Amino acid sequence: MTEVERKALAAELLKSIHAPHYGPGESHVEIHGGKVVGMSLVEGLEVVSESMDVDDGEGVRVRIRVPQGIKIEKPVHLCFGMVGERGLQKIELDVELEDRASVMFQAHCTFPRALDISHLMDARIVVGEGARYRYVEKHIHGPSGGVTVVPKTRVKVKKGGQFYNEFYLIEGSAGIVEIDYEVESEAESSVDMRAFLYGKSNDRIKIREAARLNGENAVTALITHIALKDTAQADVLNELYALAPGARGHVDCKEIVQGKAVARAVPVVQVEHPAAHVTHEAAIGSVDSKQLQTLMARGLTEEEATDLIIRGLFSDKDWEVPL
Amino acid sequence: MSILSLKNITLVKGEKTILHDITLDIWEGYVHAVVGPNGAGKSSLAAVIMGLSGFRDITGDILFENRSIVSLSVDARARLGITLAWQEPARFEGISVFEYIRFSAKRKTLEDVRKALQLLGLDPDRYARRKVDQTLSGGERKRVELAAIAAMEPKLVLLDEPDSGVDIEAVERIFAMIQALKEKGTTVVLITHSAEVLKQADHAFLLCNGSLVRKGETARILPYFARECYPCVHPNAPVLKEVEAV
Ligand SMILES: Nc1ncnc2c1ncn2[C@@H]1O[C@H](COP(=O)(O)OP(=O)(O)O)[C@@H](O)[C@H]1O
Ligand SMILES: [Mg+2]
Repeated sequence: MTEVERKALAAELLKSIHAPHYGPGESHVEIHGGKVVGMSLVEGLEVVSESMDVDDGEGVRVRIRVPQGIKIEKPVHLCFGMVGERGLQKIELDVELEDRASVMFQAHCTFPRALDISHLMDARIVVGEGARYRYVEKHIHGPSGGVTVVPKTRVKVKKGGQFYNEFYLIEGSAGIVEIDYEVESEAESSVDMRAFLYGKSNDRIKIREAARLNGENAVTALITHIALKDTAQADVLNELYALAPGARGHVDCKEIVQGKAVARAVPVVQVEHPAAHVTHEAAIGSVDSKQLQTLMARGLTEEEATDLIIRGLFSDKDWEVPL
Repeated sequence: MSILSLKNITLVKGEKTILHDITLDIWEGYVHAVVGPNGAGKSSLAAVIMGLSGFRDITGDILFENRSIVSLSVDARARLGITLAWQEPARFEGISVFEYIRFSAKRKTLEDVRKALQLLGLDPDRYARRKVDQTLSGGERKRVELAAIAAMEPKLVLLDEPDSGVDIEAVERIFAMIQALKEKGTTVVLITHSAEVLKQADHAFLLCNGSLVRKGETARILPYFARECYPCVHPNAPVLKEVEAV
């Protein structure tokens, strides 16, 4: 690939995520298929990548490391995607935050013209002692839903570490989504995982989020808010195991179902220590009739009112988790 | 001139007649009250006028500005200028007070939203970014609702028990807001079982067991409501003390 082709692909990826402007000191990495097409890093942030062979597709291995005590102040922008209609993108991501390091990722996964694209992500994340990791991932899919997204993530949070993850799949059609997150956490750590998805037409969404609180006073929140319409379906499995004294966890699964959509939620909460505490709340239902009629009594059509209520479901994230 | 006319409205649910043959005229630009004890059918009457689900299967006719609205949906009625504030407003997770008022508002600038909040005694700097969810107290939620209605500038507003769940100081704000609506030309219908709220009205309708039993100037209905409202036998009939305070 020539430098010109590389630049053109990077520009096209960024255009599909509404051409963000990166300020000075903000690192960014753009990966198209199996190739890094753009990259700019601040000091202290180490990113190593290599292409790998994948049958019928493109693959890349990316290793990100933040050394001990290093705090990356500005957000690090990651953009993964494919601008074509068909393909397979496989990413192996290895992230290590050494003790007391901190970093904040803003990731986009973009497949604006997808008719048949698979995006397989295998991530392994280690958050060191007292380190802080924050990752916000937004998916932007085309309208035809031809994407299969399979993110599999294994996380280890060491003593006093913080892991925060936010996942959005709201724009465009989700397609087939199979999220599988597993987190193990040590003493005094905090884990907060939030997922917001909008399933439309024939989308199929499967989510498994599992957290094992192994250390004393570890806290975890698993939050999943999903809206579904048409004939979309979603299955959510939240597993929370509180295994040490003072460990506390909260599971919150809300799903708004319209049309012929189907939602299922299975919370598994297990407490193995008398001084541990876990709560869960699940609400699955159609759009609340009183909310709907209130908005309609202000002149919004049923459709506009429904959109507003669903937007609320997705922006309902700055609340305090009851831990 | 009448802005809203109900013609022989009857609402039956199952075996029970909730509203029985109600005919009345709401005059434009005035504050009206629909009074009566709990269970009289006041909220049902408001729901019928707004066209809420469960209250559309009625006999009789409803004319708004001389045009029948019975076949119109809630939002179509709202776009003609009719709105309703529930006794217990709905909560909305993830929607800010600012957004909530703005989508209702006729004029949508920041300044208009601030004015609406101030009218109800809510400091915009403290409230605009709050969420319209469980974190607002009942009284705060109620005032946010009324601020949204003030910003909407409807032609006709139905306020169901506007004082319920609100502390005394805030009730004064709400009374001031009702008068401000009137000055702007909005026709107000207060749904209430409180004599204090009734006093805010120019004109009142007394409802008992689903029937309209009396109508007239508030000064004439007030003593009647105080003395005679009991035949409407209901477990939640107004407490004697409250009525004597009139
Ligand atoms: N959805 C409903 N289904 C059946 N009965 C209802 C319904 N809503 C209200 N009612 C009945 O109608 C009567 C009038 O209720 P309501 O209009 O709420 O009275 P008010 O507002 O005057 O207290 C009551 O007896 C109540 O139980
Ligand atoms: Mg009532």
